[in-house]
Amino acid sequence: MNAVLVSMRRPGARWLLSALLVVGLAALPLLNIVVPGVLPGPSYTPGTLQLLALSLIFAALALSYHVLFGAAGLLSFGHALYFAIGAYGLGILLKRTELPLLLAVAVVLAGTLVVATVLGAISLRVSGISFAMVTLAFAQAGSVLIQRNSGITGGEDGLSLSTQQLPDFFVGVLNTRNLYWLALALLVVVFLAVRWFERSRAGHVAAAARENELRVRVIGLRPFSVKLVAVVIAGVLAAAIGMVYLLLQSGVVPGVASSNFTLTLLVIVVLGGVGSRWGAVIGGVVYTLLDQRLSALAGSDAIAGLPAVLRVPLSEPLFLLGTLFILVVLFLPGGIVGVAGRLTRRAGRTSGATREDPRDVIEETE
Amino acid sequence: MTGEVVLRVSGLSARIGHQQVVEDVSFDVPAGEVTAILGRNGAGKTSTIKGILGLIGRSGIVELEGERIDTLATDRIVRRGVGYVPEDREVFASLTVAENLRLAERDASPRRELVAELFPELITRGAQRAGTLSGGQQQMLSLSRALLNDNRILLIDEPTKGLSPKLVAEVVAALEVVARVVPILLVEQNLNAARRLAARLVVIEDGRSVLSGPASEFFEDEERLIRMLGVHGSGVGGVGTA
Amino acid sequence: MSTVALLLITGLGLGALYFLVASGLSLIYGLMGVLNFAHGSFLTISAFLAWEVARRIGADSWGSLGLALLVGAVVGGIVAAGTELLLIRRLYERHIEQVLVTVGLALASVALFQGIWGTDPQYVTGPAWLAQTTDVLGARIPNNRFLLIAVAAAVLLTLLLFLRYTRFGLVIRAGVENRSMVTALGIDVRRAFTLVFTIGGAAAGIGGVLASHYFGYVSPEMGASLLIFAFIVTVIGGLGSLAGAALAAVFVAVIQQFANFYLGGTGDIMVVLLLAVVLLVRPRGLLGRRG
Repeated sequence: MNAVLVSMRRPGARWLLSALLVVGLAALPLLNIVVPGVLPGPSYTPGTLQLLALSLIFAALALSYHVLFGAAGLLSFGHALYFAIGAYGLGILLKRTELPLLLAVAVVLAGTLVVATVLGAISLRVSGISFAMVTLAFAQAGSVLIQRNSGITGGEDGLSLSTQQLPDFFVGVLNTRNLYWLALALLVVVFLAVRWFERSRAGHVAAAARENELRVRVIGLRPFSVKLVAVVIAGVLAAAIGMVYLLLQSGVVPGVASSNFTLTLLVIVVLGGVGSRWGAVIGGVVYTLLDQRLSALAGSDAIAGLPAVLRVPLSEPLFLLGTLFILVVLFLPGGIVGVAGRLTRRAGRTSGATREDPRDVIEETE
Repeated sequence: MTGEVVLRVSGLSARIGHQQVVEDVSFDVPAGEVTAILGRNGAGKTSTIKGILGLIGRSGIVELEGERIDTLATDRIVRRGVGYVPEDREVFASLTVAENLRLAERDASPRRELVAELFPELITRGAQRAGTLSGGQQQMLSLSRALLNDNRILLIDEPTKGLSPKLVAEVVAALEVVARVVPILLVEQNLNAARRLAARLVVIEDGRSVLSGPASEFFEDEERLIRMLGVHGSGVGGVGTA
Repeated sequence: MSTVALLLITGLGLGALYFLVASGLSLIYGLMGVLNFAHGSFLTISAFLAWEVARRIGADSWGSLGLALLVGAVVGGIVAAGTELLLIRRLYERHIEQVLVTVGLALASVALFQGIWGTDPQYVTGPAWLAQTTDVLGARIPNNRFLLIAVAAAVLLTLLLFLRYTRFGLVIRAGVENRSMVTALGIDVRRAFTLVFTIGGAAAGIGGVLASHYFGYVSPEMGASLLIFAFIVTVIGGLGSLAGAALAAVFVAVIQQFANFYLGGTGDIMVVLLLAVVLLVRPRGLLGRRG
């Protein structure tokens, strides 16, 4: 474990390991891997692939949230909105129009671009905590629209996927592995896109603005435009991820537009480690698997037999996750990646500069 | 009393965020007199004061009458008898003058008479919101907040900043009265004011204390002092006046 | 005319609820810079416990309603004070982490409420008068609206007097304006932190009991749904301003009622639009001093 972590610090080795990881993940549907306690069944079974694909989607979504919170230092409570626009937008177009899949995808992405630009421009008029509240309000409006217009969105019952315009290889339980590969490809694309953004000029300015807005202004750059770019990129990526989610889940429910859903993303990013792309990915996967396993645990006989004082909290996965989250914030700043980093340093005795926790910095610029 | 050290600062460093603004500052403030910190703009004078008070992150040793105060929280340092008059006054604009004064009272018998005697105007304007006071009146209010209590030392940051020459003279006169009762550590850009008040000087350059000693020695060679403080374009006002 | 009267008074009643939640949020944010996502949970736990007490002693008397309000205030205050002392204080001055902790608490506590009381709403009864209506300008107004308005007005008045005439009130008002200068006057501002949490929690607790009579039930998600509107009210009113919160609460709730009736159920959307407009025109909010 430590040897791997140490070698991760060399860029070449990092690329090789990432490539191996992707190949290994891509091969999972063809293998018979059993991980008791983590996966519900062998790795080639549709149920397991469904769960794994979901965890990849959450990893990708967490990455898109990382663009806001980690890279640009924007605490948004409304990211679920864009995910919901993707999932509902594509679902509605497929159900109500004759548009072919790719065209429908393009329309949704274009729509998201517009919405993200307009709402981003308004909400970026305020900063810090006010920005958080405003994004929350916009997402809430989206959530209300979805619930009120049940004729189009299916209301509380949700929207089921209409499969006529879909290629056959995305339809049916037996093709879950194709959707799994789609989710994996999506994660890779999102990862590269986020990496590209963070290393671009705009990404550097966003990072600089996160640490010291005034200094960025002094050298004649407008933090507003780079922040807006971050909001738009994060929004469009989230919409794309929402569309894959729709295909994988064969539908979508209004819960994905709720503020709780965004809060979940925040939990994932913090759990994995704020400011780190790998943290977002690891957080997304760990959270999804944990959520699934805790739900399974909640329904198990072992729990049902306990006295109420233990049974009630243990049968609520979100209670356990929320508590875990509080403990991570209090005692493990830097999340999973932070812990891994400390282990690495201890193992490798490398004296490189420690990564600054971006959350420290956000406060000072408020 | 003179000769005894009230406040001893040794190897103080302070930072704002991740930026080191005070590197290594050491000096003593003796009892019974005024010690003035001088230095160019941005040299770290205000940050030194804030570091002593723990208003910004700091390390190093700060002793008040021989006891370490560098690990205490700001409010506890102040309750040990360190009065603070900040740069830019920082009166509570939405509170009335009387409320500003009442908030600052922490002794059982605050010295209201002293304040009334020094700045009678504040008593007549008691019901007025502090935000509507003039700059000079705000300075008097800020000073009064520190004078209400029985302090062992006052840290006063640029009390004459932005005031007209007439008001500068008033503030300096008030400080002369105050200095008879309590030792003062003063940040002052106005050389004339510093000359009138300070018995000792500490010069800070790039976050380090580079010189300290009796004020008379410095003012003998005023040219050197002016050169050191970078008068040109640095806003050391009032050198040629009065 | 009767419709207008009904919408107006119902709007005032709803505004009363928003105010009871938003007042604490605004004071806590104003003084400490903490955005408290757990505030809705303070409301919910108070409503549940008050309901448990009231139904055991018979919910239909005025005495039990009074006791329920008292229980709500005490529970809300204690839970909020505990939150500040155990979780928020450890993260002093680290605002993002403080928000994150309250987010975790909100998620965990709602799940816990669901585990204890189930996801279905628990129906609440009160004195018979509350369920009746009173004729105002030809409109039949449910009496609970008057209770809400009266209690919220009393809370507002109490808070204003407290802030105006007590030393703690003075410390809070000064701290909202410039917290570090308050500590530089030798005042331990952390005691004021615990106090605003307690006061805010108590107001939210009272709000919880009243909300259960306004909606007719208690549910685990009740606090969270009111919280979102309270956030909007806080931003529109101006962070840290109690009077702003009161003004914005009434404004938001009345607009919501009228839009729901006259503009085809678009109340929630109109509120968000109102927020957008306020931000564009006046980012500090109606009575906010700072951005």
